[in-house]
Amino acid sequence: MSQNIAIQAEGLTKRFGDFTAVDGISFEVQKGEIFGFLGANGAGKTTAMRMLCGLSIPTGGKATVAGFDVYRQTEQIKRNIGYMSQKFSLYEDLTVKENIRFYAGIYGKSDAFIKEKTAFLLKELHMESEGSKLVKSLPLGWKQKLAFSVAIFHEPGIVFLDEPTGGVDPVTRREFWNMIYQAAANGITVFVTTHYMDEAEYCNRVSIMVDGRIDALDTPRELKRSLQAASMDEVFLKLARKATRNAD
Amino acid sequence: MPAVVAENIVKRYGKKKDIVEALHGISFQAEQGELFGIIGPDGAGKTSLFRILTTLLLPDGGHATVDGLDVVKDFKQIRNRVGYMPGKFSLYQDLTVAENMEFFATIFNTSIDENYDLVKDIYSQIEPFKDRRAGKLSGGMKQKLALSCALIHRPSILFLDEPTTGVDSVSRKEFWEMLRKLKQQGITILVSTPYMDEASLCDRVALVQSGKLLSVDTPAGVRAAFGKPLLAVRAEKMLPLLNDLKGSGAVADAYPFGEYHHAVMRGNHDITELRQYLEQKGHQQVEIKAVEPDIEDCFMDLMKN
Repeated sequence: MSQNIAIQAEGLTKRFGDFTAVDGISFEVQKGEIFGFLGANGAGKTTAMRMLCGLSIPTGGKATVAGFDVYRQTEQIKRNIGYMSQKFSLYEDLTVKENIRFYAGIYGKSDAFIKEKTAFLLKELHMESEGSKLVKSLPLGWKQKLAFSVAIFHEPGIVFLDEPTGGVDPVTRREFWNMIYQAAANGITVFVTTHYMDEAEYCNRVSIMVDGRIDALDTPRELKRSLQAASMDEVFLKLARKATRNAD
Repeated sequence: MPAVVAENIVKRYGKKKDIVEALHGISFQAEQGELFGIIGPDGAGKTSLFRILTTLLLPDGGHATVDGLDVVKDFKQIRNRVGYMPGKFSLYQDLTVAENMEFFATIFNTSIDENYDLVKDIYSQIEPFKDRRAGKLSGGMKQKLALSCALIHRPSILFLDEPTTGVDSVSRKEFWEMLRKLKQQGITILVSTPYMDEASLCDRVALVQSGKLLSVDTPAGVRAAFGKPLLAVRAEKMLPLLNDLKGSGAVADAYPFGEYHHAVMRGNHDITELRQYLEQKGHQQVEIKAVEPDIEDCFMDLMKN
């Protein structure tokens, strides 16, 4: 295993009773890569992600995230990753600055670090005059961009994004991806799920889960070529239609 | 008589200093038997609009009719005629599939048997699980049950609030197939969605953003109104390509669009010139082609202008 690998999974498995949610998946994610993690509802994406984030112990196989073991070093994993989802991101009843201070505080960042970086971040987001406003008063697009910035505020090596752009308008969706590119350019590994197939095109590599297994993993270009598909949407349809198990 | 008429609908939330205007005067009509899409991102006001039209919320301005009936005065009659599937799963989780169906049939003074032909295609897929509690169903099955319950009293108009949000693209296609079959049975369907690609499956669409209508037209009409030349451009290095496209005087706007970037061109553009410009900037394997605008191109154009 080299220093250039952010995530490594080998035969990673999760069984719930006699149901195998994740069925021996193996893959590697390089540092600084934007890795798209696709699959139909119920294919096992969330369960796999929970194991990689140190929130659920596997029942088989092995994996390391940022060099830490998913069985024994879950606390270290949590400290070294960022996480953001469409459903839960920021506290609506806290202000923008309070949210930043809260999350950075959880990760043990110093007051000086928080102060300096908060000012920088608000400037970057053009939100200098919004710092003392409640998050619930912000438009959705701003919230999502802020949530992403908060998820990488403690400068993790890897950030997990679970459908970060669901329901976001098309202009903001592109601004959001621009932020993802910048984070990756700064060396942060991005592990992202999405239902927008155009976004699959923006990933360096894409894996597609079907019935708990990874059925395909490659660059978007190579996936389209090997499956003789015109678009990633077609790639997804060709693979996901083979699924036999029911959605979550 | 149109199935739905909305005239200058306004909705505000909050009090005094803290007022948010969710709908700023929305006007449109949906015809009988039409599959009408309300397309827009979260926060556009789609749910407020649906709740006003289904008589669950009072407008603060304007008026609306559903099947010719006023949404404020005639709310009781409207409730008998519309089916409403909210964005959030709202059936009784502790009742079984069959009990939920019976419950909704009973409150509308009908029975499952009476309207079975209408729901058969959808309900038969979950009938094998009819003794399972609704809370224990998979996402896809919950959706089918919710749709069956919204249909069991044979409504003349069906309101579906974001039925496909968070649903993968295979299941989304299956759901739209179900809608197409329902439409054939003569039911008017108003459906809201944040997914721009679903617009092309509707007879007509209303594009909404921040409580305002950007456009109401057929999908083809929306695309025809774009009115500017559009190019799809690809090269080896996509990120620098985007910046160089934005830096070109011939390009009015450029943004990523799947495996290509889309470049909205100013009037008299020349593909050869653009290619030379990009190659001078050091881009390799430059591919440029003229394309028809997608609904998403149109939506962004309307948002920005």
